[in-house]
Amino acid sequence: MPSDGGGSLTVIWPPAPYDSKEVRYQILLSDKNGASDPSTFKVVAEFPANTHYIRESKWPWWTRPDAPETHQVTIKNGKGVELKDGKTYHVALAVVSGDVRTFTTVVQAASEPNWINWNQINNLFLALLFGGIVFYAISVAKKREIFLRRIPGLDAVDEAIGRSTELGKPILYLTGAHDMSDPSTIAAAVILGRVAKRAAAYETDLLVPHRDPITMAVCQEITKQAYLEAGKPDLFKEDANFFITTDQFSYTAAVDGIMLRKKPAANFFMGAYFAESLLLTETGASTGAIQIAGTDSDHQLPFFVTTCDYTLIGEELYAASAYLSREPIQVGTLRGQDIGKALILGVLTVGTLLATAGAVLDAQWPQLFLDVFKDVK
Amino acid sequence: MIFLRRQMPLLITLLAGLVFAAQYYVPHPASEQLLTSVTKWLQIIGGFALILGVSSLFHVHAVKIRRKEAGWGYSFVLYASMLGTIAIGLWANGKEAVDGTITAFGWIYSYMMVPLQGTMFAILAFFIASAAYRSFRARSREAAVLLVAAVIVMMGRVPLGEYILPLSGDVSQWILNVLNASVRRAILIGVSLGTVALSFKIIFGVERSYLGGGKE
Repeated sequence: MPSDGGGSLTVIWPPAPYDSKEVRYQILLSDKNGASDPSTFKVVAEFPANTHYIRESKWPWWTRPDAPETHQVTIKNGKGVELKDGKTYHVALAVVSGDVRTFTTVVQAASEPNWINWNQINNLFLALLFGGIVFYAISVAKKREIFLRRIPGLDAVDEAIGRSTELGKPILYLTGAHDMSDPSTIAAAVILGRVAKRAAAYETDLLVPHRDPITMAVCQEITKQAYLEAGKPDLFKEDANFFITTDQFSYTAAVDGIMLRKKPAANFFMGAYFAESLLLTETGASTGAIQIAGTDSDHQLPFFVTTCDYTLIGEELYAASAYLSREPIQVGTLRGQDIGKALILGVLTVGTLLATAGAVLDAQWPQLFLDVFKDVK
Repeated sequence: MIFLRRQMPLLITLLAGLVFAAQYYVPHPASEQLLTSVTKWLQIIGGFALILGVSSLFHVHAVKIRRKEAGWGYSFVLYASMLGTIAIGLWANGKEAVDGTITAFGWIYSYMMVPLQGTMFAILAFFIASAAYRSFRARSREAAVLLVAAVIVMMGRVPLGEYILPLSGDVSQWILNVLNASVRRAILIGVSLGTVALSFKIIFGVERSYLGGGKE
């Protein structure tokens, strides 16, 4: 079968005038060398003759092996079938009508793995298109200033650090539950750099407890660089970033303890969170700290919105770096994202209209557009 | 030296980023095998990184004990429990039970760790109640809308609520499936685009502050 990792055979045959629910098709398979009598083959699939058309399959139009009205069945490993790549198999089709069983000629086939999944090529095209838009927007941003809407949560970063400085209390910064392979953790680490720079400028203590040792090592470097850039390398403390544990609730208990004992005046919750979000933020709220959260964990957003003073919702977490730095490259990326969103909105509108038209008119042509935006595995 | 600190990581990021982005489109078993072996390597590196983490933990608490900082007793408890657990774990060969009999290590896990974790999780119920109380106070128009929606959804999710207010079941489903789901999807679209854009920036070295800031 094209576009797969091997271990499957696809049988295709044209529709017949007798196709109806009373007539049944059987797919027969044999792995014996020189097998020629289909009646001795193993039945690997059986179904009514008016089913299993290519139009019912998940293939997009550009990888369909034949016309939509053609029959197709894919034989895969499992349920008593074990296909080995490169081995030749004998395949036949049987038409069962009442007690009569008619066989087609036996064909030989071998499965083999492919190097490209052409079903997903639309995904690659859209990713490259989006990448192109982002880099185009960056080049535009380098030439002229781009408007950024206000993000109150990020405007409050200075306020929170200033408050900590006035009260002589530390700033607590969390980078979330995931490791550095998660973009939200990277975004949290990037924002940490900006926060640490301001904290260094204001000579305010920074506490960054971690759940992942690699994230801790990365954040140590980021913090060190931030203190250097702020011209306060002597104020940098190696143990400002420290590891607690990878265990969810042990970490939560430890951070809650830090909040209650050290009473930080500003708490930052950036990155990905799970059930610990409310335990952390509610404890922080009880200490009277100003709290700023930023997460792409949509399931935790209600808890953050409820208990924090400011919340960066979803993409705002990724926008933070651009907003705080105002560098053209970063701002250009944001503009690229906005153009991407406008495109998606357009596709949603056009797609809805076309899908409705396709259903009303019983037409196949809207699929030409709809398939391009489908996630086909 | 600057090459090893700056250019080298960027080069590795570029290569790894491109290879594993391409891996998504390659169904061949060799591609799967590459992903599997890199995942194993990541696990091995993660194991070594844990040594880094534990040494940081020991260092931070050793300083607290040495300086007799406020709450240094907790640091002492941490040291005692961590070293005690490691010693007992080694003594039990890391096994929680032998021939159906629980070992001391298993006892620590079952009768200390699990109840403590359960306790932390159980506190969540009280925190939800206090957070809900604060957010549902109808002090503004938005909070009032939230309160009404929350009451309808809560009524629609329990049999008694649906009995008292028969329409609440359908209305709560509509709130969840239409209003809530559409807003959630809008957030997810934004998050996905943000993730892809950040990935592009990282792969092509536009965003490099995660390497320790600086622009050189």
